[in-house]
Amino acid sequence: MAWFKKERYTTLKPPEMRDRIPEGLLTKCEECYAPIVTKDFEENLRVCKRCGRHHRMSARERVNLLADAGSFTEMFKNIQSTDPLKFVDSKAYPDRIRSAQKSGYDEGALAGEALINGRRVALGVMVFEFVGGSMGSVVGERITRLIERATADEIPLVIVTASGGARMQEGILSLMQMAKTSGALARLAQKRVPYISVLTNPSTAGVMASYASLGDVIIAEPDALIGFAGPRVIQQTINQVLPKGFQKSDFVLEHGFLDMVVERKDLKAKISLLLYYLTGKETRAVVPASDEAAAKPAGWPLRAQPVDPLEIAFR
Amino acid sequence: MPISVLEFEKPIIELEQKLHECETAEPRDETAVARLREELARRQQQIYSRLTPWQRVLVARHPERPHSTDYVHAMMDDFVELHGDRYYSDDKAMICGMAKFAGHPVAVIAQQKGRDTKENLQRNWGMSHPEGYRKAHRVMNLANRFGMPIIVFIDTPGAFPGIGAEERGQAEAIAHNIRDMFTLEIPIICIVVGEGASGGALGVGVGDSILMLENSWYCVISPEGCAAILWKDRAMAERAAEQLKLTASDLIALGVVDEVIPEPLGGAHRNPKETYDNVRHALEIRLAALLEISSEERIERRYQKFRAMGAFHAGEHGQPRTTTTEPE
Repeated sequence: MAWFKKERYTTLKPPEMRDRIPEGLLTKCEECYAPIVTKDFEENLRVCKRCGRHHRMSARERVNLLADAGSFTEMFKNIQSTDPLKFVDSKAYPDRIRSAQKSGYDEGALAGEALINGRRVALGVMVFEFVGGSMGSVVGERITRLIERATADEIPLVIVTASGGARMQEGILSLMQMAKTSGALARLAQKRVPYISVLTNPSTAGVMASYASLGDVIIAEPDALIGFAGPRVIQQTINQVLPKGFQKSDFVLEHGFLDMVVERKDLKAKISLLLYYLTGKETRAVVPASDEAAAKPAGWPLRAQPVDPLEIAFR
Repeated sequence: MPISVLEFEKPIIELEQKLHECETAEPRDETAVARLREELARRQQQIYSRLTPWQRVLVARHPERPHSTDYVHAMMDDFVELHGDRYYSDDKAMICGMAKFAGHPVAVIAQQKGRDTKENLQRNWGMSHPEGYRKAHRVMNLANRFGMPIIVFIDTPGAFPGIGAEERGQAEAIAHNIRDMFTLEIPIICIVVGEGASGGALGVGVGDSILMLENSWYCVISPEGCAAILWKDRAMAERAAEQLKLTASDLIALGVVDEVIPEPLGGAHRNPKETYDNVRHALEIRLAALLEISSEERIERRYQKFRAMGAFHAGEHGQPRTTTTEPE
């Protein structure tokens, strides 16, 4: 029975090529697993050119994406965390904060003023790298102060969410940040100052059940996980297989809880256009010709920014 | 004799049984009865006056603990239930309506658990869907338009995490309630009577006064949920309950709650009538005080109350700022 005769093993030569590729030169797409040259990947705003998958972007990259070059002034950095519950799990909470600060961020949100195509806005960006962007007292206070600044100065508010929810280690105080921020938004709304909420991957739980859901216009990036409960909790509760694409941007859009899903490359222009509609005021990016090169965000060869937002509306 | 006995209550229940046997025995041994009574009182004091956070969580979930509607029926007259959110359905985990309380028409928002499995299926174990929060929103607006103070009874293990709840915007429904409760002109009093779990509780939990029953708990996550995430083991719930600072007295210290309403020794279920009286008394005083001030001032105070919640350093002056008890 020659059919069952055992083949002799052949030894494959180790792929020599692999050794010659320096570490970090290539990045693999999380969706289609295509290898992408890291430099190209970053230049393409961490979006896979092959399948369009939007990969996570750091908070500072996000600021560079949305704010005019060098226009972001961070505020409320003096607000720093304490340990109100003296919380200890596998680590004491202050130690957890200290090790999270190795990410290069001091807390779960950046808040400040910036220009978006020349328009002054209050800009908040959540930092997923910092304890999953969880909302504790510091995040709540920074966001609330930002909202209050926008209310007082009547400048539009833009908040980019990337958060898994509340900061458990601050117990009830983290829950109350939902009330604090939402209360401030009630006052912003009464003053008719526009607020655009931008949801990125992930935007769930505490932030979604407060300020992230309260935008006058709510935008999401493609592929973002958006919801109240996390998929794992739902799966455990109901013991059913979750539908495909459940809680992803398109699903949430389909169910009527988003105004639009906007690709990263168009995000700034879209926000700029929306702010034109909501404020009724045009802005002209005042960029002197000689400074134009310097004004481009470092490392971001973005498309030329439209001066008149109406241009792109009818393009 | 209660059907459900918590583990730490067993010595007391055994003593109660012994006492009962002794009392009904023929002939009756008076000295033994007296001795047992004394022993029982001592043990009750010993066990119930020093409940750990986890034991309080268990008392808050006790199957015989009075539920929200029990308070409504005991303290208020002529309750009329209002059904439906006008968009999708009627959520039976969130009971809304109007009643007379201390001579006032009031609106009632009550999160409701079931008494038995059948009722629990109907009430989804007190876990609301978005339509529950939207019904509450509708009734709160109604109360606002017609000048009825709102009394909220909080008792939920959380907003329901399910497919339908997500599809119909659980987060959106809760967020809108939280925001809009800051703008209501009528007085709002919230009282946590059992479990106050996370956004599910806060979704109806913004008020001028926040009260808690002595053995209720209120936190950002259930002890089990916290244990599952941080320790990867739900059995660590007892440890989590201690760490989370979720008891009524902890919340007073953290500046989140205004008043703790005392419960009879052993918990509300051991003497419901006394509990209702305590709650009624606290509510009457709070409501009268809130009706004294103007709506503008109430709204401003409500905002400042929640605005002050949180603990952080504000480094510019090098002075740590932490929350203190909310002054009344």
